[in-house]
Amino acid sequence: MRIDGKGLVDRSAPVRFTFDGVAYEGFRGDTVASALLANGVRVVGRSFKYHRPRGVLTAGSEEPNALVEVIEVGQQTPNVRATVQEIFPGLEVKSQNRWPSLKYDVMAVNDMLSPFLSAGFYYKTFMWPRKFWERVYEPIIRRAAGLGSLSGRHDEADYEKAFAFCDLLVIGAGPAGLMAAVQGARAGVDVILADENPVMGGRLLADGGEIDGRPASVWVAEVLAELEAAPNVRLMVRTSVTGAYDGGTFSALERVGLHVAARANLPRECFWRIVAGQTVLAAGALERSIAFADNDRPGVMMASSLRAYVNRYGVSPGKRVTIFANNDDARLSARALMAAGVDVAAIVDTRADASTLEDCPVYAGAEVVGTKGRHGLSAITVRHRGGEMQIETDCLGVSGGWNPLVHLTCHMNGRPVWDADLAAFVPVAGAVPGLHAAGACAGVFSTQGCLADGARVAVLALGVLGRAVRAVDAPVAEDAPYAVLPLWEVKGKGRAWLDFANDVTTKDVRLAAQENFASVEHMKRYTTQGMAPDQGKNSNVGALAVLADATGRSIAQTGTTTYRAPFSPVSIAAMGAGGRGAGFAPQRFMTSHGASVDRRAPMVEAGLWYRPSYFPKGAETTWREACDREVVMVREAVGVCDVSTLGKIDIQGADAARFLDLVYTNVFSTLPVGRVRYGLMLRADGHVLDDGTTARLGENHYLMTTTTAAAGLVMRHLDFVQQAYCGDWDVRFVSVTENWAQFAVAGPRARALLASLVSVDLPFMGCSRVEFGGVGARVFRISFSGEEGYEIAVPSRYGEALFRDLVARAETLGGGPYGMEALNVLRIEKGFITHAEIDGRTTAFDIGLAGMISARKDCIGKAAAGRSGLTGAARLQMVGLRPVMQAAITAGAHLFTPGDEVRRENDQGYVTSVGYSPMMEGYLGLAFLRDGRARIGEMVRLVDHLRDIDVLCEVCDPVFHDKEGVKLRG
Amino acid sequence: MRITCPLCGPRDRREFYYYGSEDYLTQPEVGDLDAVDAQLHLRDNVAGRVRDVWYHEAGCASWLVVTRDTVSHAVEKVELVANVKGILAKTKLKGGAA
Amino acid sequence: MRYSGLKVITQGLFGNKGWGPAWRNPAPKPEYDAIIIGGGGHGLATAFYLAKNHGLTNIAVLEKGHIGSGNIGRNTTIVRANYVLPGNSEFYSHSLKLWEQMETELNYNVMHSQRGVINLFHSDGQRDAAVRRGNAMINQGDDAELLDREGVRALVPYLDFEQTRFPIYGGLHHKRGGTARHDAVAWGYARGADMRGVDLIQNCEVTGIDIEGGRVVGVQTTRGAIRARKVGMVVAGRSGQVAAMAGMRLPIESHVLQAFVTEGLKPIIDQVVTFGMGHFYISQSDKGGLVFGGDIDFYASYASRGNLPMVEHVMEAGMTLMPMIGRAKVLRSWGGIMDMTPDGSPIIDKTPVEGLFVDAGWNYGGFKAVPASGWCMAHLMATGETHAVASKFRLDRFRTGHLLDEEGTGSQHNLH
Repeated sequence: MRIDGKGLVDRSAPVRFTFDGVAYEGFRGDTVASALLANGVRVVGRSFKYHRPRGVLTAGSEEPNALVEVIEVGQQTPNVRATVQEIFPGLEVKSQNRWPSLKYDVMAVNDMLSPFLSAGFYYKTFMWPRKFWERVYEPIIRRAAGLGSLSGRHDEADYEKAFAFCDLLVIGAGPAGLMAAVQGARAGVDVILADENPVMGGRLLADGGEIDGRPASVWVAEVLAELEAAPNVRLMVRTSVTGAYDGGTFSALERVGLHVAARANLPRECFWRIVAGQTVLAAGALERSIAFADNDRPGVMMASSLRAYVNRYGVSPGKRVTIFANNDDARLSARALMAAGVDVAAIVDTRADASTLEDCPVYAGAEVVGTKGRHGLSAITVRHRGGEMQIETDCLGVSGGWNPLVHLTCHMNGRPVWDADLAAFVPVAGAVPGLHAAGACAGVFSTQGCLADGARVAVLALGVLGRAVRAVDAPVAEDAPYAVLPLWEVKGKGRAWLDFANDVTTKDVRLAAQENFASVEHMKRYTTQGMAPDQGKNSNVGALAVLADATGRSIAQTGTTTYRAPFSPVSIAAMGAGGRGAGFAPQRFMTSHGASVDRRAPMVEAGLWYRPSYFPKGAETTWREACDREVVMVREAVGVCDVSTLGKIDIQGADAARFLDLVYTNVFSTLPVGRVRYGLMLRADGHVLDDGTTARLGENHYLMTTTTAAAGLVMRHLDFVQQAYCGDWDVRFVSVTENWAQFAVAGPRARALLASLVSVDLPFMGCSRVEFGGVGARVFRISFSGEEGYEIAVPSRYGEALFRDLVARAETLGGGPYGMEALNVLRIEKGFITHAEIDGRTTAFDIGLAGMISARKDCIGKAAAGRSGLTGAARLQMVGLRPVMQAAITAGAHLFTPGDEVRRENDQGYVTSVGYSPMMEGYLGLAFLRDGRARIGEMVRLVDHLRDIDVLCEVCDPVFHDKEGVKLRG
Repeated sequence: MRITCPLCGPRDRREFYYYGSEDYLTQPEVGDLDAVDAQLHLRDNVAGRVRDVWYHEAGCASWLVVTRDTVSHAVEKVELVANVKGILAKTKLKGGAA
Repeated sequence: MRYSGLKVITQGLFGNKGWGPAWRNPAPKPEYDAIIIGGGGHGLATAFYLAKNHGLTNIAVLEKGHIGSGNIGRNTTIVRANYVLPGNSEFYSHSLKLWEQMETELNYNVMHSQRGVINLFHSDGQRDAAVRRGNAMINQGDDAELLDREGVRALVPYLDFEQTRFPIYGGLHHKRGGTARHDAVAWGYARGADMRGVDLIQNCEVTGIDIEGGRVVGVQTTRGAIRARKVGMVVAGRSGQVAAMAGMRLPIESHVLQAFVTEGLKPIIDQVVTFGMGHFYISQSDKGGLVFGGDIDFYASYASRGNLPMVEHVMEAGMTLMPMIGRAKVLRSWGGIMDMTPDGSPIIDKTPVEGLFVDAGWNYGGFKAVPASGWCMAHLMATGETHAVASKFRLDRFRTGHLLDEEGTGSQHNLH
């Protein structure tokens, strides 16, 4: 019901939206909840377990009942708080957790079965027959549970993430927060003021009182004007600060585009990381309920939300309203309603000594003991000194007092303490370093008190920032004492709800206590109390008060459950903004990328890099055809391959050689200038870290190469070794991976190709600086294929040109480019390892390179490599495999001794790499085999259950091709 | 979490790589398996003040010794590994023949 | 009291007044035959199997908080037996078999649901590693199935198969894997142990371990000294601190692992799905919340809470893998303290102190291990002999180099 002359919504801007397919009208500034209440809609959802009808309970983000789905074309957002979602033209909203309709929900049958669905009933049944759990019971439970639905379609909308930095962060723009922000603004520090509402002012707007004799909203507008004009203040509306983290870091969610129709380039939400020097928490307090029989009917609301609907939205949630409270604050709601011309039928005040001086009947020392109304409240039963009576009412405002919003103060494991005077938990100072609670969240409940406390606490925070300022004078406002007489439940027959969303009643809590789930965490987990979308904001304190009563302890002894981030739920899409699709990880491209794509090469991921898989040619239809051709091409003519992804580290200094001797197992100080050596590097724990070649370019100048996969790892390792152990050595190094493009040219005609480009005569494992086309380049005679091979490196800007040129030259020699597939076959034929073999568990012994650990010197990892478990016959050792009858074999297969049963106890090893060798016309494999080197020549049984492969293989030396290295050395 | 790099100033934790306890800084001698165990495995693992080793990987590439609290996550002190007194003396590695 | 559907109905008819306490609150006795420090999943399971398998009932579980207040109540509830290394394979295989009979054994519905675990792979190399793992699982007698891309699509069509960064090549499907209701596991073992006479003593923190002549004789607690000739330390997350009371340093560093749950949603994710490239795994609970997580925060911590970089990384991984979860809202995050070992595998062994045993180092895989860990620790404490399926979980294996490094990331506690 809309009230004329009340509210801050724009009456000149009507907005049409739909709820469950029915069109409604509200005004700009309305939430879905306020607009539905204005239209007399009472049932907006169904509860979790019993599917009871649920109406709007609150006017804020803590709403447990009015959760709806917002529908878009092809997409939907579940569990949206109707009390937060602003309406806009065309907004489509649907109720959830009901079938077939909100009014007639089949699952409401659960409500009739409630005696059998008590807390934890499912732990005691559904155990027989065993197979029925997955097949029968669980599917039924899963379908009944849950609230809203995801669409199942990719969320294609835009989301953003951002960092912000400030000196003073103020969380909450109610009276305390506004005063704190003003204080910061005038002190000249960088201020961020964040508030979850679309308009700032907090309860000043909802309560509608006066400040300095004028409407509070006028004072709010003046303060906001000052803050907006201040260059050092950033105002963030629709921004919930959701978590407190280390180092003054806070997470916050800004609802950027949820209040308007979706449009391109407007993100829905932005997830902020705010780093603050000091923080004033002015989050306010939340009103709590009282548990009484059937207190969950639509129309039963929080008392303070009634005046919020009147003052902010110009809506009365009922025609004939009653109030049930244990404190003075709820009187404000009664008065606001009456001032707006709404009929207030009665105030039921639990306090025997409560004042009865109101313009409506007041029952002091009375309690609401029951309610009526199937789909909405129609009457309450009141027990008072004179007996019981029924009052007809369609809206009951309940207030059990106020709970300070201590949540953020607890995000770093702080525990709030029980304040018996306030009958509430209040924060402990210093629980989050640099964060100071002010106003209602610190237990200061009057408006005057909040205004003054905001200024006081801001002065404290500014002092820490080194700004000594005097508190500005707080304006004059309401300063009534908060007179509360704690009451948590009205005992009696019937079910009295604590957690409306999860359907937890006082009976459930008492049953938990009866079954010795007596600690507050046990009770929570046994009953699911506080685990619904409102995270127990409306009910946790009440529930633990009931638990305290049931177990004969005080509330302070009972304690609270832990408050954890986020303060209010945050979408995965917002926190994961930027991660979709290719955004998840950086992409690295070689200089030849475009040239490879031009040749239709499929580019595959190699770590962060992309490398060509193969270069299809002519009528080839499968990768194998191309791969086989490329292998033969390299073996018989010449191939060109971009190897720029290998890590390259330039190492210089008088102690460079000494440094390499420390990080490599073998000796590099003896390497002559102009030569290249293969090196093996260990982790500190003695396992193989990486392998690669290192060239000596000058007396004090080396160029190390690493594998693609371990490039970053090796750089970090070198930095560690140098800074930790060799800080006083003359050695400096830098990654030059990105600076040089490098191409392998391999095959019997590699020398001819090179000669066509530049005149250089290198021995095997030689290197030289050369120049061609006016470009300084480097040539290394090294090979990863077993053929005569060269690697030519040029500055990256010439990479693409050189690649195209080399390929063209190769083609005139009967060669061409080759990709990763061929490269893999070539190296398997030669028994060269990759990270398929050195997978982090491998030792030098395993790969037959124990001899590379120099006995003449120390190296990183040598001490740990000496442990008995890292060598010996029990280890798996690298061998080659050739299947009999040229059968296909697969990597990942396990090996068994022929005749043994195929089971784990008999496992002899596994296959790491497999390729089809067109030269040998058969599959070759590299494998790790128990005591493998001693078994060369024996047969093993290779079993891949997953691919139905079971073949005998001959154990061989891992070098299949050119064992003597004749071709290599040319 | 934020760490103040001695060279770069206060930076977000995501710029840093964590290695582990400062035990890693003590290199064992070949043959000394107790020292290997101490360097690589055994930890005081204190709930409280610890000194551990971090790398400013997305920054200046400095290795750092960070003194901090494992319960509160408060960072007390950040030093360059290279400047930590006695570290060079702790390593028994002799390096190459050069 | 035996639980059953009939009992639920008859109790319901009479106002549920007849349900008795799930366990007693006994006062500690001055002496027990054996003491288990730690009333988490592993400790309670140890007590249960000591009583059930070995007839030891004069024993106590000492818990500094309340039963199940550690990682048993702070995990993502995944149960699987998909290990590749001998030593791990047989242990987790044994554990899965115990899971499959847990409801019957405990007369408690722990909601163990074998909804299947799918490990995705994104390159040929990862496929080969997955195949090696799958074959190891089958060789162990467990189940595994290789799915190609279309096979994955048939089971989990909502993944982003068009995403360009780390395309889905296929997956390893472990059908007997699944989830369970984590708290119920603690409660079920607690109730079972209590019924067999075990004293579960809550709010009783061990403050010292009494050792005489190299043998344990009892413990000091906040509720007084308690004598026992056998003491088991089963306090993952706090292992280092308890071991320090016995003068030991363990190969363990404590780290925080965060996990997340969303608001309740209608069923949409049936299996457990893991995304190796992004260290992301997800399932949906019976209540409807999406339960998911990623890697540890990577720095040593006892804070039971983490920081934003890993939070965001996990969300980004979720968005690249299955962007249909974008509209789901994270309701709650939490952090558990993990005993991280230098090879990622656990320890169930004797210690140099006679009569003192250790069950520790579960990294972040402790939940699925609960039954077998209890089974093997009970065997060790009762017989003094290592159980066959836990024979590789030795305390000295790091020193000797007999490592069980499933990930191959080496002796760095935070990398497993």
